[in-house]
Amino acid sequence: MAVINRPGQPPLWKRRSTVQDLLVWLGWLAAVALTVACFQFISERTIWAFVWDAPRQGADLVGRMFPPAWGYADQLWKPLWDTINIATLGTALAVLLGVPLAFLAAHNTTPSVVFVRPLALFIIVASRSINSLIWALILVIILGPGVLAGILAIALRSLGFIGKLLYEAIEEIDRTQVEALESTGANPAQVLSWAIVPQVMPAFAGITVFRWDINIREATVLGLVGAGGIGMQLEASINTLAWPQVTTIFLLILATVAVSEWLSARVRHAII
Amino acid sequence: MSATTFDAAAAARRWRPPPLIASPLLRYAVYLGALAYALLALGSIEVNWTRAAEGLDRAAAFLSGFFPPDFVTKWEDIQEGLLESVTMTIVSTAAGILLSLPIALGAARNLAPLPVYLFCRAIIAISRTFQEVIIAIIFVAMVGFGPLAGMLTLAFATLGFMAKLLAEDIEDIERAQAEAVRATGAGWFSWIAWSVLPQVKPRLIGLSAYRLDINFRESAVLGLVGAGGIGDTLNTAFDRYEFGTAAAVLLIIIAIVLACEYASGMIRRWVQ
Repeated sequence: MAVINRPGQPPLWKRRSTVQDLLVWLGWLAAVALTVACFQFISERTIWAFVWDAPRQGADLVGRMFPPAWGYADQLWKPLWDTINIATLGTALAVLLGVPLAFLAAHNTTPSVVFVRPLALFIIVASRSINSLIWALILVIILGPGVLAGILAIALRSLGFIGKLLYEAIEEIDRTQVEALESTGANPAQVLSWAIVPQVMPAFAGITVFRWDINIREATVLGLVGAGGIGMQLEASINTLAWPQVTTIFLLILATVAVSEWLSARVRHAII
Repeated sequence: MSATTFDAAAAARRWRPPPLIASPLLRYAVYLGALAYALLALGSIEVNWTRAAEGLDRAAAFLSGFFPPDFVTKWEDIQEGLLESVTMTIVSTAAGILLSLPIALGAARNLAPLPVYLFCRAIIAISRTFQEVIIAIIFVAMVGFGPLAGMLTLAFATLGFMAKLLAEDIEDIERAQAEAVRATGAGWFSWIAWSVLPQVKPRLIGLSAYRLDINFRESAVLGLVGAGGIGDTLNTAFDRYEFGTAAAVLLIIIAIVLACEYASGMIRRWVQ
């Protein structure tokens, strides 16, 4: 709050002083100028004739997409099963690797704050910064196209996600339970399994189901780079301009995502 | 008075912690189901092990690309890709936030009448269901290759994300403040500006910073479907087997993501 004292008049109350007001406006001005400059950059790289054509193109696209090719759905059950497997097995693998990593990264459970913790944190960060589609791109080059590359891509990306959220949960546990167990003479392994694990179990289940839900979504597009699942059919249909088939795939993805979201919401609601 | 006698049966009964799923029937059903699913899923994966073995050479070639990464040869391409990614991120975040504000107000049950609420929730659901890459495919088909398609994709994804989380926050506001402002005879806009906005502002700023961070990460993969950005450069590098350049791009992405994450964490801590 700033008070401006004026001679002969009652003092004027303002939220900010004049200098602060000016700084806020300058900040907004800079933000707007930056956004406009960035848009200008994009605009220079855009063929606007195509953009003005977009409504017609869009209408044309929608015209081609309907009616959906329902018969094509018969060929989609196996890729859909693969997609669900990629997400589920990828999540399972990420749990197997991510849980030990989280215990190594958490301040209160790590064996060595100086040596092990920074290494575990680095693995978590590297895994998180690279999108699963890029992991898939790399793995397809190495392993060849297929479901295995997809599972590993999902696992490598989810590893960091599960590791990060779980180690934060481990660091936030109630110390008193750990102390109570230590005072009974429990060894470190017993403290871990009877004081720490029960406290982070609900968080762990919630994180895993949440990530599985995200992974279903991610797994639908991994096929675009050859990593298996329904995305392979999507890529093939787009490349042959078979838009009615694309619509069928979209509808199937929509239904799968809706079911997985409902399922994950139910499970999380039951746990938390 | 009954003397305490040694109860052998009770001593033999060891205490166990309550299981996560209380009903034993449901618990074993879940275990059995998980086992059956794992066997089925693992059985349906086809892995071409000879191809995977051949990939070891490529894995070695890819890893050697990191020692040292090649920033120089394709620096022009890398620079162009980076600039596209950064401009896409900034414009799409700004546009997405601006568009999400009215939707968020409409999607809050305590502010909007039912028809408006359902309409806004439908927009949010559409935006959140599909993976960014799928939306990018549609925008590329409509407005052509280049960063504009990527920008539109990210703006659309930002819209759903921000509107959903902001609407939840608006639904949780303190009613007393809103009623106090209304009691002074304020109109609808003054009411929003002075009672709702101040209450959700910290979350709005925090979410915006978080979304800026997500948008940069996503902008790195949109190039795979032709929507511009650093992903385009990365994809080209992989296609030409220029692993040195690919490694350089990956390292740059990790560095920028780390910087973004750190900055957005700082902003969120400062605001909340």
